[in-house]
Amino acid sequence: MHSKKYAIFPFLLLIPFFLFAQQDKMNVSGNQALPDVEIRNLDGVAFNTHNISNNGAPVIICFWATYCKPCIKELSIISDLYDDWRQETGVKIVAISIDDSKTIANVLPFVNGKGWEYEFYTDVNGDFKRAMNVNVIPHTFILNSKSEIVWQHLSFAEGDELKYIEIVRILLKDKMNPK
Amino acid sequence: MLKYIFICFTVIFYFSIFKIYAQQFNTSLIRGDFQSEIQYYFDDSIIGTPDIKEKALMNAYLNIIYSNGHFNAGFRFETYQGPLSGYDTRYKGSGIPYRFLTYTCSFMELTVGNFYEQFGSGMLLRTYEDRNLGIDNSIDGVRIKTVPFKGITLKGLWGTQRFFWNHGTGIIRAIDGEFSLNEVFSKFNESKIKILAGASFVSKYQEDIDPVYILPENVAAMGGRLKLTYNKLSLSGEYAYKYNDPSVENGFIYKPGQALLINTTYSRKGLGIILATKRTDNMSFRSDRNALGNVLNINYLPSLSKEQTYSFASMYPIATQANGEAGIQGQIFYNIKKKSKIGGKYGANVTLAYDRTNSIKIHKLPDSTFMGYESGFFDIGKDVYFEATTVEISKKFSSTFSSIFSFVNIIYNQEVLLGHTGEPDIYAKVAVADLTWRIDDKNTVKCELQHLSTKQDKGNWASALVEYSIAPKWFFSAGDQFNYGNKLKDKKIHYYSAGVGFIYDASRFMLTYGRNREGRICTGGVCRNIPAYSGFGLSIISSF
Repeated sequence: MHSKKYAIFPFLLLIPFFLFAQQDKMNVSGNQALPDVEIRNLDGVAFNTHNISNNGAPVIICFWATYCKPCIKELSIISDLYDDWRQETGVKIVAISIDDSKTIANVLPFVNGKGWEYEFYTDVNGDFKRAMNVNVIPHTFILNSKSEIVWQHLSFAEGDELKYIEIVRILLKDKMNPK
Repeated sequence: MLKYIFICFTVIFYFSIFKIYAQQFNTSLIRGDFQSEIQYYFDDSIIGTPDIKEKALMNAYLNIIYSNGHFNAGFRFETYQGPLSGYDTRYKGSGIPYRFLTYTCSFMELTVGNFYEQFGSGMLLRTYEDRNLGIDNSIDGVRIKTVPFKGITLKGLWGTQRFFWNHGTGIIRAIDGEFSLNEVFSKFNESKIKILAGASFVSKYQEDIDPVYILPENVAAMGGRLKLTYNKLSLSGEYAYKYNDPSVENGFIYKPGQALLINTTYSRKGLGIILATKRTDNMSFRSDRNALGNVLNINYLPSLSKEQTYSFASMYPIATQANGEAGIQGQIFYNIKKKSKIGGKYGANVTLAYDRTNSIKIHKLPDSTFMGYESGFFDIGKDVYFEATTVEISKKFSSTFSSIFSFVNIIYNQEVLLGHTGEPDIYAKVAVADLTWRIDDKNTVKCELQHLSTKQDKGNWASALVEYSIAPKWFFSAGDQFNYGNKLKDKKIHYYSAGVGFIYDASRFMLTYGRNREGRICTGGVCRNIPAYSGFGLSIISSF
């Protein structure tokens, strides 16, 4: 009885794969605006996430923490390429630290010690993280020229950064040749 | 369990259809995320696994957030069938323990339902969710945030805390105000000195039904904080005071509690320095005086220690001693420039860290006073709870080969931190070599070698882990942790493991197999014990 009842189960398991397959198509026009959440800059001053933008150029948002090894790898690898990326595409990296009150004081010395030159914010209460449905870090989002989310990616392995810049180039191409 | 997996996938299915339709009309936005951790357990007498009758257990979480104009609403469905081994069994069941509605306008944000909040560093109030630790102490009630003038933020909240599938009996009332001098006064806008000040007041109510003691039903706590920044230098401090709050945790003493946390940082491009100190004394603050463990905490007392990321370096993690501890921490982050003599073509990064936590010096008072003990604010005890010295060097040798070398020296007071009465302190040295070889643009091999040496506890360990990734979708791993230095011959155990992961944009599927050693995971001084287990694991995480 039970085995018959659950015979449909393997097919149900496939549903998310179909749904996620839909997601893989990057939505260049975007349809997800950034949520309206308060985070802070490294001086502790409040900043609304709705204001994240880059003068019409794409933005890459990286959720990270000072204790997250793959996040540090991601930001370090991009750091080596960032000047070239900026020159070619004008893309901006916005790094959102989800360090909690134990490690939040480390963020400014840590990023300076690494020599990273991104735009940094802290999300110590996790409001932005929750609003963006971030479960694990690193979690990376790419925004189009209207600051709408067009693509997101979980985890980081070396080589992922090439996918990021490939998407940024597609966004720029689409902006120059709108359909 | 199948029933609940069925429910989860059905919800995702209908959610996705609804999302497509809602967004077509462009009037609203729906976001969501799903996480499921499934573990199939084997009996493994060699590592001493507990008997798990269900054989397979699952934790799963589904978040949905709906936004429309000024309104945001959301809920989280959770199911624990039953809770994974090591999680509190009181989580067993399914339901929606988290739901909220928020209205936001230009001067105010109103939330009804569940919410997470933090005042300052959290020493007076912090509610948060940490699934790894099995913590969710969200408040269910009402919260108002307002910005009456630019640079001034006021918050007020009222509610009860989540207690597994119910609520704690205590009621929390709290207010917080924060003032940014540079934003309030325009003439300070461009000032090099930046001043941020804040103050909080938190009160809890719990009925006194104790037949013996006269317990305070209303307990107040208050605190202030200040952050000064001048150019590259920053100084921040926070002080918290709690009135008498007899509880199971402090042995029902009527002594007030207090805590102080000071951070000083200096940083410029290529260099970051941090010095921190803290002291806590009888500062456990819960909405239920009878609660123990990771439940119903109103405040959060962060430990002062470097967050270790390698498995052996985090084998002996510190747990905050809410009843009293004093700590110091110093860290230096230094970037050796590219094309310099020492840095070579690619430069290097160096991290040095030292942290130490001691007991506080106390003078016991007679039981008749009900005050427990007295302790001078600057009196530090002789007992070392935890000490760690860390040296870490990250160096890229070529465009395809990079490395991280780490050495950590640890002193760990297991009698206090683990409750192992009569056991000696653990002196451990951990060495790590983390080597990464990038074969081409997509293929990378990573090899992580670790060694832990100690004469105490279970003796020496060695481990090797190899990971192969094909960006941006696949990764494979295989590893072994070998307790070769265990004094007991039958405990010289191999903890082998293997895994494969598939990443599809914002979704990750991971299948693992192997043995996991008994241990304790901690984040920020808050810990969860994990029994040894062996078997298959399936992890699914997705944001949509």
